[in-house]
Amino acid sequence: MLEIGLAHYLTLAALLFTLGVFGIFLNRKNVIIILMSIELMLLAVNINFVAFSAYLNDLAGQVFTMFILTVAAAEAAIGLAILVAFFRNKGSIAVDDISSMKG
Amino acid sequence: MTDIYTVITDFNLVPLIPEIFMALFAMGLLIVGVSQGNRSTSVICWASVAGLAITALLIMGLDWQHKIILNGMFVFDEFAGFMKLLVLLGLMASLALSVRYLAQEGIERFEYPVLVVMSGVGMMMMLSANNMLTLYVGLELQSLALYVLAAFHRNAVRSAEAGLKYFVLGALSSGMLLFGISLLYGFTGSIDFGAIGASLLAADSISFGPIFALVFIVAGLAFKISAVPFHMWTPDVYQGAPESVTALFAIVPKVAAMGLLMRLLFEPFAAMADQWGQIIYFLSLASMLVGAFGGIAQLSIKRLIAYSSIGNMGYALIGIVAGTPQGAGAVIVYLLIYMIMTAGVFAVILSMRRNGAAVEWIGDLAGLSKSNPVMAYAMAILLFSMAGIPPMAGFFGKILVFQAAVAEGYYVLSVLGVVSSVVAAYYYLRVIKVMFFDEAADPFDGRTPFARRAVLLISTAFVLAFILKPSLIVESAQSAALSLFFG
Repeated sequence: MLEIGLAHYLTLAALLFTLGVFGIFLNRKNVIIILMSIELMLLAVNINFVAFSAYLNDLAGQVFTMFILTVAAAEAAIGLAILVAFFRNKGSIAVDDISSMKG
Repeated sequence: MTDIYTVITDFNLVPLIPEIFMALFAMGLLIVGVSQGNRSTSVICWASVAGLAITALLIMGLDWQHKIILNGMFVFDEFAGFMKLLVLLGLMASLALSVRYLAQEGIERFEYPVLVVMSGVGMMMMLSANNMLTLYVGLELQSLALYVLAAFHRNAVRSAEAGLKYFVLGALSSGMLLFGISLLYGFTGSIDFGAIGASLLAADSISFGPIFALVFIVAGLAFKISAVPFHMWTPDVYQGAPESVTALFAIVPKVAAMGLLMRLLFEPFAAMADQWGQIIYFLSLASMLVGAFGGIAQLSIKRLIAYSSIGNMGYALIGIVAGTPQGAGAVIVYLLIYMIMTAGVFAVILSMRRNGAAVEWIGDLAGLSKSNPVMAYAMAILLFSMAGIPPMAGFFGKILVFQAAVAEGYYVLSVLGVVSSVVAAYYYLRVIKVMFFDEAADPFDGRTPFARRAVLLISTAFVLAFILKPSLIVESAQSAALSLFFG
């Protein structure tokens, strides 16, 4: 049987984090996908923290995870609010339309 | 594990009083705002300025000895005290500049000053962080308030777009910072600055893991101070956000993020000075060059200031590269001077209005020397200072960081810094040329409000008078910097 150890969790977290970063940069369609990618990054960090916390037998990591979850909720709320304000002005949330300023 | 008795004897909230006061004050203002509505905005703005002044007095009343409280979550020392006073000064200046602007733009809503004070609480927490958790929560409190402020002109496409861009890149940077923190937690087994520092010092050689974590953490913070290559949001956000918010962005958050970066690098990461020295070296060099060359082609004064602020962060980082108390002191002086100059420049930018609307092109300043000579001369003095021309204050800021770098043998960095400051002088001088020698455009609207004149006057006076007694500021900054190194 394959033993699931720290390295597996860390690899998973690193993969999810990379997916999140690429989701922000490579996505040309929709800002909502960017918000999802941000969430994915934060959750990858949470996996890291919990895995290390269990490995080190130290509670600080799990406490940190709770804080990240809370702040991520606030962040998503503010992101969506700004997105709504943007949609009201522009009538679109396509990434390519966020381009009135350049240079 | 700390047992319950040490927790109780450790329960000393005195160094935390300024933050507690500020947070309660902001919530009180929120209640007033909700019950009185937007009519009360200017009252709340001035009340916040008063509240910030009281907070500054509270900080000055504290004992500035190095103190770590709440089980190592929170530190107060001379460095934190000094930087907090800088942040409060910047917040007061930017709020004073905002009051009339909000009314002129029709965005006079009471949330504005409350958000500014809330972000201030976040910055104060950042400067006193002694634990990754305090750092993260403070940073997020600051950022979340600033995201909303960037999008504050919610009926303008550009403001909403600026808010969105700032939010996405800010969230990305928080994510990177957090990823770095999580790795550091795994490799050192703690989120406490002291324990991290001890664990890194104890290691025989620095392994790959902490370096990896360091890169992520520094990248996350470089976003917040808009150091190249993490600067791409700066020009767009500065241009799109309402001018008063741009003033705030240019003046305050960078000071707080820079203070946080200094505490991180000089305290927990002190054992990794060789590693972070290279990263900061690159960030500093790239920021100076991009700040100098990127600003040349700009037509909008707000984008120009954005590139100028990128360049200025590059100069400030030189002092961190030096890695000595002298360098850290130079960074503090540099930030103080930069902050005051920028506040004065924004007093002028906020006054650029024609026919009831804000104008932002450099060409709009044409003939200012005829229509409003006082403002034109004050702006010229401030721009000369930004370009680093003696005997203005900006020159001393630059010479201090270059001195610190040369003392440590960073000749190439210093020479390239001087070169890029010469290149950057071009775009400052171009603005002066437009004001004094170009065909006059129409004068700007009406009289400049009192608060703007006061900010402009104070910052010009500071820039001119700095040469009379530089030791006054330099020495207190040096002693604040020393507290970072020898606790």
